[in-house]
Amino acid sequence: MASPAIEIENLTKDYRVGFWRKQRRRAVDGLSFTVESAEVFGFLGPNGAGKTTTLKLLMGLIFPTAGTARILGRSIEDVRMHRAIGYLPEQPYFYDYLTARELLDYFARFFGYGAAERRERIARCLKRVGLTAAAEVQLRKYSKGMLQRVGIAQAILHDPEVVFLDEPMSGLDPIGRREVRDIILELKKQGRTVFFSTHILADAEMLCDRVAVLLAGKLKGVGTPSEIVSIAVEGLEVLVEMPDGRALPPALAARATRTGSRYRLEVAEKELYAALEQLRGSDARVLSVAQLKPTLEDYFFELVGRERARAFAVDVSEK
Amino acid sequence: MTMSLAVAINTFREAVRDRVLYNLIFFALLMIAAAVLVGQISIGIERLVIINLGLTAISVVGLAMAVFIGVGLVYKEMDKRTLDALLSKPIRRWEFLFGKYAGLLLTLAVNTTLMTLGLGTALCYVGRTFSRADASILVAVYFIGLELALVTALALLFSCFSTPMLSAVFTLGLYVGGVFTADIRSLGAMTGSPALGAMGKVLYYLLPNFHNFNAIALAAHGRAVPMSLIAANTAYATAYIAVVLLAAAAILSNRDLK
Repeated sequence: MASPAIEIENLTKDYRVGFWRKQRRRAVDGLSFTVESAEVFGFLGPNGAGKTTTLKLLMGLIFPTAGTARILGRSIEDVRMHRAIGYLPEQPYFYDYLTARELLDYFARFFGYGAAERRERIARCLKRVGLTAAAEVQLRKYSKGMLQRVGIAQAILHDPEVVFLDEPMSGLDPIGRREVRDIILELKKQGRTVFFSTHILADAEMLCDRVAVLLAGKLKGVGTPSEIVSIAVEGLEVLVEMPDGRALPPALAARATRTGSRYRLEVAEKELYAALEQLRGSDARVLSVAQLKPTLEDYFFELVGRERARAFAVDVSEK
Repeated sequence: MTMSLAVAINTFREAVRDRVLYNLIFFALLMIAAAVLVGQISIGIERLVIINLGLTAISVVGLAMAVFIGVGLVYKEMDKRTLDALLSKPIRRWEFLFGKYAGLLLTLAVNTTLMTLGLGTALCYVGRTFSRADASILVAVYFIGLELALVTALALLFSCFSTPMLSAVFTLGLYVGGVFTADIRSLGAMTGSPALGAMGKVLYYLLPNFHNFNAIALAAHGRAVPMSLIAANTAYATAYIAVVLLAAAAILSNRDLK
């Protein structure tokens, strides 16, 4: 069995804060998980949860207070490992006096490519992110979305085995988001490992084999999106349309929401047939019956809400 | 080496695109004005005045570039977070640092060379010929180069942990202190206090001695600069720069890039 692409063990980061820097604020608290090879792994959490801090720890931009991490079997302190990884920082900013082609050429030099190979790789990457036409424009004239694309181009320029993307959809229009999703899926098809942080849960549900949820620096769960939110069906949603002059049976009307002549009902699974019988008796036209499943977003809001409630309770009890 | 070279070339390119070398226009105008005017108002000492003026301008312009570009070299990359993507490549922090240093040195070298050529042209205009004694002008320019290399290293060191404003203050403070090291030692001795005397001595040896790099007067009077001074200045600058760059590398290598 192939070894994991990323192994994180008890990773912890404290920042010193305050004027005398005597106080400590824990940004990441004892993270431990692994990411398998060729997996698309989503790193979820609200703003300030510690996602970017974790990515910066993995990139060696900041140093852990405790714990270790390995990427492709090498310690994160080993700079040679950087030959096999790509990284898109959050809200990337690059040398604005360079053009996209010059920036990529600059970065390609760190991998020791010859001039011809650099040219070929740059052309390929620019095409992949849709920036061929703007290749000779200085980056100071780029929009936020275009900078994001350049950021992705520099992250995949050297065909890395593991790609780290910090909020890759940020600042992109719907077309750009779709293109980034396609790039992630293409990387997966090529057998690359993709580790990306996001707070856009729909993207995570759509793309990820597994996700980890981070809240206030602590890991709240790791698993497939469906494992995370649990696959239990919460109930059924019935959409019906009533003929003119007819009303829903009173027992159902109490728990229905109305939009014009249409009604939306939520019923428990065991009550479905009884409800349908009543609807038939009222000449209702059933438009659809669908399962109600909690989404990752539901899970997320519940988790954040629970955490805030707990923090509030602690706060109140301490007072 | 390849990594540092790539960073150095990019740093030079940044300076060129930021129009840093436009200062050469100012220098060219100064030299033209000096060559034309000095001939009319200083009979017999045109060369002395032009050499003094030219070398002082080379030194001052170079110093301003070394300080004000140097203090932002690393800080700007950290502040704008351009370092984040760069350091995810297989480059070590010290390689990046040395590349930035080499890039600014390259910029200063190009600037100083072009200004020296401008000075030479102005001298040609007033004197028509060059003598063997004029070689000391090149030595004076070489000393200015050493001085700028040292100032750049100091600015880079401060740039690793301080804001550009503070770094400029620290660097200029060290420069001024370094020009007057001998006076500081004498002052300490003159007070009669053993503590102040010792402090003056410590500062004399600790501060970079910029006084020894000034050979403008020798060059202006066409006097030869002793080989021993050239060797001593070269060795001193090399050693001091090495220590400062190692300290800068140690600081940057252990710093969190938040």
